[in-house]
Amino acid sequence: MYDVVVVGGGPAGMAAAIRAKELGLKVLLLDDNDYLGGVLPQCIHPGFGIHYFKEELTGPEFAYRLMNKLDGVEVKTSARVLEIINYSDLEKFVVFTSPQGVQKVPTKTIIYAAGARERHAFEIGIVGDRVAGIYTAGETQTLMDIYGIMPGKEIVIVGSGDVGLIMARRFSLEGAKVKAVIELMPYPGGLARNIMILKDFNIPLYLSHKVVEVRGKGRVEKIKVVKVDENLREIPGTEFWIEADTLVISAGLIPNVKLLTEIGVAIDPSTGGPIVNDRLETSVPGIFVAGNALLINDLVDYVAEQGELAAEGAREFIENGGIPSRRWIRLVKGENVRLLAPHYLSGERDVWIYARVRRPMEDVVVEFPEIGKKIKLPVIKPAEMLRIKLKTEEISKAEDKITMRVVKHG
Amino acid sequence: MKIRVAIIGAGITGASIARVLSKYENLEVHLIDKNPDVGWGVSKANTAIIHGGYDDDPDKYPMRAKLCIRGNRLWHQWVKELEIPHVWNGALIVALKDEDFKELEVLLERGIRNGVPEMRIVDRDELFRLEPGLTREALGALWVPIVGQIGPIPAVIAIVENAVANGVKTHLETEVRGIKVENGEVKGVETNSGFIEADILINAAGLYADEISRMAGIDYFEIHPRKGEYWIFDEGIPGPKRVLFPTPTPISKGIVVTTEISGHLMIGPNAQDLPPEEKENTATTREGLEEVWEGAKKLWPQLPPRSKVIRTFAGLRPEPTGGDFIIKAEEEVWGFINVAGIRSPGLTSAPAIAYEVAEIIQRDLGIELVEKKKWNPYRREITHFFALSYEKVNELVKKNPAYGKIVCRCNKVSEGDILEAIERMKFIGVKTPSIDSVKFRTKATTGTCQGSFCRPRIIQILAREYGVPPWEVTLKGKGSEIGIGDVKVLVRGE
Repeated sequence: MYDVVVVGGGPAGMAAAIRAKELGLKVLLLDDNDYLGGVLPQCIHPGFGIHYFKEELTGPEFAYRLMNKLDGVEVKTSARVLEIINYSDLEKFVVFTSPQGVQKVPTKTIIYAAGARERHAFEIGIVGDRVAGIYTAGETQTLMDIYGIMPGKEIVIVGSGDVGLIMARRFSLEGAKVKAVIELMPYPGGLARNIMILKDFNIPLYLSHKVVEVRGKGRVEKIKVVKVDENLREIPGTEFWIEADTLVISAGLIPNVKLLTEIGVAIDPSTGGPIVNDRLETSVPGIFVAGNALLINDLVDYVAEQGELAAEGAREFIENGGIPSRRWIRLVKGENVRLLAPHYLSGERDVWIYARVRRPMEDVVVEFPEIGKKIKLPVIKPAEMLRIKLKTEEISKAEDKITMRVVKHG
Repeated sequence: MKIRVAIIGAGITGASIARVLSKYENLEVHLIDKNPDVGWGVSKANTAIIHGGYDDDPDKYPMRAKLCIRGNRLWHQWVKELEIPHVWNGALIVALKDEDFKELEVLLERGIRNGVPEMRIVDRDELFRLEPGLTREALGALWVPIVGQIGPIPAVIAIVENAVANGVKTHLETEVRGIKVENGEVKGVETNSGFIEADILINAAGLYADEISRMAGIDYFEIHPRKGEYWIFDEGIPGPKRVLFPTPTPISKGIVVTTEISGHLMIGPNAQDLPPEEKENTATTREGLEEVWEGAKKLWPQLPPRSKVIRTFAGLRPEPTGGDFIIKAEEEVWGFINVAGIRSPGLTSAPAIAYEVAEIIQRDLGIELVEKKKWNPYRREITHFFALSYEKVNELVKKNPAYGKIVCRCNKVSEGDILEAIERMKFIGVKTPSIDSVKFRTKATTGTCQGSFCRPRIIQILAREYGVPPWEVTLKGKGSEIGIGDVKVLVRGE
């Protein structure tokens, strides 16, 4: 019987496995890829690890650092989890398949760190021909940086999120022409440092625009773009075509939670991930979640941090035969808060709150009125996740809920 | 010497004809298609229904009326022999207005004339027992329990595999450019890859059947494309148990709401007539998809949010002059048989059409067909990891560990499944590696993520097994290569 089976060998899963091992737990780490690291091995750009390792690393370097700490963890790659069986709060099974066949292993807890998937062209309503040359941004990253394949030479990117922007740079560096980045919202979607890429490589950014149609015979030939108004409605007569051989969709990520929903884990529609307490435990006892399967993060450092938190939760669970019952304090979304996690706070420990706002604002205050906490910030953007620590003594001032809201200063 | 038969078009019709003709000792059968794989024309995109045979007026469309019900009965046997994915779930033609019952009566009468068994008109009460999720506006329906659904391309693939196992020769990526006729007799076809001799030429070229016919000097009909668009939704979204039709209009059977055989809710098609030159126009349109959405909502009000769509697509039906199937040996050119205008219910009718053609060869061309002593009616379905028990997986893994390794996460497709698909592609003569060929055999890339995880892995496997660089692997044949070279190709300035 394992203490913990970790599902997913990306940064969240590896950090969880390492921490669980340090806590003396018996750990099995499963990943369905041939290699560990999740998406990190294909993220060959720098910008990783500033918080977690206190130095700037590339994706593969970040993954390598974690891999080197895995000694003592049983690891299985090319192993796809087929089923999680929640026999009881104290007893679970993970069924997975690998080139060795299907195995069913018993475990006390599960840390689910299966990451996210990308939204694809059909989900964002693009019509026209179903031709070669339409990829998600992460898929082009896999093609180029894992397999060495150049997808095309004249590129249009849908969405100004981080992966799309990073791929805009990558395409440019390999000699391709990025003809446009098309962003639906009136503001860019990525981190400030990634938006700089557009200037660096002279790539036009069309805010308040959307791609509506792709035409081509075997391969993408032209892409139709239209302007939208403040309610995101298309403005007739503003359509134009861009000639390109490749359309890259970077329209956001969705947590991979299918295996969890199959066993009845409650999902928060705003994050797309499970509803969790401050141990990152889901609504099914003993099942913890971390990384992009919990909510979409923009920094790998926070993903790894969540992995460690989940491992500590697993230890508490194992030691006590379950997380002790208490009157949980609910964390509630207020004004201009689009999503947040965790959803329940024990008041027994300091907690990192991860949250995103609905719309960008300058000169703001993040308020938690029930406990009288206020943080001033010069600027907030939906693209940049807010990570705020609530201290034990602050949380304990609340009775049953704490609201988080973001309002104009003064 | 054997009589050489060339069939133009490896869609459901051509493939079915090839299978039936492969039963005969004295025929040498060649199946020709311009696409890199079989079933990629009209057969690729349709509603996948095995119709009930009540819809076609025997006075106006005698061929359709006769062959649809016969085809339905034959499919019951073919799906078993060939292990084709299918479901016999029945259909309801729903009345939303009192006037609709008049049309349902017409359909019932027609069904009785066409020899369709088991039909009856059900009242509102029974209707909701059959299909509780239906719109509350529904007043009653015509219940046709003999309707079913199959995987149309898996069906073509299965039939061709069986035909090839019985000696049929395929010529893929072979485009017919001319027909040689001498002294009023067929001699063969000119193609982009040489001349193929033939004593009998069967034109099953779908949308292009008029053009092929003209090459033989026979031009009394024209085919124009009629486009239909579809939405498919993510798994887990509740759909109906039966196939739901609205009461039909003169132009179309209407927008269907159904749970397709993989378990996904599917709605469509609308019907938009295109000019004859737009035979490749399978682009989806905003207007068409909206029309389908509005139409489907009338029967099935709880459509999911638009973000739950996993795919939209469009297909073309070949609409012939006159509207009926054109199945005949043309008198002007001995040996030339038109099997043209196979619009709906072509998928249903295909096996019956194939027997009809065999009969035409005997009756009209006066060729006595000699049955083979040994003809193999069976074909085994490809291994699908998702359909196996864990014990069975472990048995397979002992022989080949690739069966334990998942490539497509959403649909649980193993590397073993994909290797088997590639083996079968090669068996029927697929020369150009394509992701679509793997998709249609294994279901990889058709799930929630639409292939963004597994496509790069499938490319690697195809490149390895076909011995080509990965960027030359195609999505769906030449001209749809997935890349332009290795990552440094542009930087090197080649």
